[in-house]
Amino acid sequence: METKPVHFKNVSREESYGYDRKTLDYIRNAAAHGLYEIRGMGAKRKLPNFDDLVFLGASMSRYPLEGYREKCLTKTLLGTRFAKKPIELEIPITIAGMSFGSLSANVKEALGRAATEMGTSTTTGDGGMTQEERQSSKTLIYQCLPSRYGFNPDDVRRADAIEVVIGQGAKPGGGGMLLGQKVSPRVAGMRTLPEGIDQRSACRHPDWTGPDDLAIKIQELREITDWEKPIYVKVGATRTFHDVKLAVHSGADVIVVDGMQGGTAATQTCFIEHIGIPTLAAVRQAVNALEDLDMIGKVQLVVSGGIRTGADVAKALAMGADAVAIGQGVLVALGCNGETYYQNGTLHSAEADYTAIGAAAGFCHHCHTGKCPVGITTQDAILEQRLSPEVGAKHLRNYLKTLNMELTTIARACGKQNVHHLEREDLVALTIEAAAMAGLPLAGTNWIPGQGF
Amino acid sequence: MERLTFDLATTSLRELNTFLHTDAREGKVEAVTVVNPDGAHNIAVGLDCPITVEVVGHAGYYAGGMNKSATITITGSAGTGVGENMMSGKVHVKGFASNGAGASAHGGLLVIEGDAGLRCGISLKGGNIVVGGSVGSFSAFMAQAGTMVICGDAGDALGDSLYEAVLYVKGSVKSLGADAQFEPMTDADIATVAGLLDKAGLDHDPKAFKRIASQRSLYHWNADANQEY
Repeated sequence: METKPVHFKNVSREESYGYDRKTLDYIRNAAAHGLYEIRGMGAKRKLPNFDDLVFLGASMSRYPLEGYREKCLTKTLLGTRFAKKPIELEIPITIAGMSFGSLSANVKEALGRAATEMGTSTTTGDGGMTQEERQSSKTLIYQCLPSRYGFNPDDVRRADAIEVVIGQGAKPGGGGMLLGQKVSPRVAGMRTLPEGIDQRSACRHPDWTGPDDLAIKIQELREITDWEKPIYVKVGATRTFHDVKLAVHSGADVIVVDGMQGGTAATQTCFIEHIGIPTLAAVRQAVNALEDLDMIGKVQLVVSGGIRTGADVAKALAMGADAVAIGQGVLVALGCNGETYYQNGTLHSAEADYTAIGAAAGFCHHCHTGKCPVGITTQDAILEQRLSPEVGAKHLRNYLKTLNMELTTIARACGKQNVHHLEREDLVALTIEAAAMAGLPLAGTNWIPGQGF
Repeated sequence: MERLTFDLATTSLRELNTFLHTDAREGKVEAVTVVNPDGAHNIAVGLDCPITVEVVGHAGYYAGGMNKSATITITGSAGTGVGENMMSGKVHVKGFASNGAGASAHGGLLVIEGDAGLRCGISLKGGNIVVGGSVGSFSAFMAQAGTMVICGDAGDALGDSLYEAVLYVKGSVKSLGADAQFEPMTDADIATVAGLLDKAGLDHDPKAFKRIASQRSLYHWNADANQEY
């Protein structure tokens, strides 16, 4: 009998770079739905970031401060240009604007409690100010957004500062969305909208266009608050050098620059991944603009978008920021993307709930669904019980404390008695991209790409 | 009735607004007259008491902005954003109004006897607006709640992306925006228009108005809406 040789069939596994599995998924999704994808969180692609910088600690040429013994101040003043009552913070780490609607009322309360304990500020978001956050926050920044949902003069007067939001790092030029699942009776009432509709937010303010108008708008807010409260202007990072100059021209006390790693509760993925520039590049442009106008120390700069660690904070400050604002890191501290949630004294698995929304712990960006398995980005009466204000506040306080300890220990290692003394000269870059964007020399060289040869 | 006059040719805007936020709020006067406004911006913004303010002349941007309870009359014309984000009370412009009049107003009544510019009543959130003349394009864009009565004509894209606000127009409408539609006038509509015209002091036949409201086809994110979003 003749025996046939055994043949092993070769299965081709060569993945295309241009048409990788992510792209195939994207095309199939588009074909199935006829709508662009909407999701939460920030850019997921690899971007030059603060990890690409390192500090030159003190050594022979300068001496460090004793890590735990010698003082290192963290006090931060924001809004010293025109406001009679500037914002005074114990630490330069603030909580970024996130709306009630995208977050539950419990979360807003947790943010307020932790921020107050740490001596820092929280910020409202689209949809107005809740009692929970006003009562729990010693220092509360009130956002004035294009849609003006829930915006009213009583809350303007109850706020400690006003932040005029021009744009957001996740979606410069675009308005957000709040899908129907999250437009609960309370959210709908606050925003004057029908319950359960898929809410679109405006991308442009209704009563002003351009920096000359903004100057008058800012004057209006100052007149209404009798020139007491600082006025912040928040821009999504794009043409940051010019935008910061125009914001200064418009009369801002504080400028918030939000890079493309900044998060959102729900926006088109094509915005999140394809509009805006990385935070690293934006900080440098913003500082250049302030230096150009001789406004360093007069107009303060707050940087946000992908600030995660104490080292990130230290690097942002060294590059010239006066403070940072954190959104996604704060949510992760509360349990976002965790496998479990803590309720009634025990840990429970959230796995099944992640599966139900087509996500998994560690990969979830499903804030837009309103079905947050760990009870953070939800308006659902059952899910929101998964995060109590007490437990959330404890974890957030720990996170902020850790960041602040890292920040001060780095500052001491660089020989600084005040975290605001960290300077650009303390930093070098590890990659050519980061060196070019941040305008810092590549480590071990004095080469700053794009600045001389 | 005690009336105080502020001359903006010799007194600063800051002084006027401070007075309106403090002494006026404590009930020290019932009425204030502002002369020589000369187009100044931010006149009588953020008022929070039932005082009467008369601005004799033209006002710049945001006159009567974020008003609560006060009755503010501008005898001339008003710049961009007159009565923006008003909560209650009344802002009455005898002349014309520029862009974004009554933007995002949550309550109260804005009366413009002349024409209003672009985006009148944009993002309206419960306030009422009566325009004696015509309104520019994109008026009532994304208007969420409240009522607009337009005695003249409307420009392009009236009521684009309209939510629950209702618009009444006597003259012609150049075009309706996405999701806005004409609807039949009911007795209740006629009564609403008559009531607002009466409050505004304008004389028109309420039966001559057409009603425009939302088709509600953009309330839910759907592929059939194509580029309408």
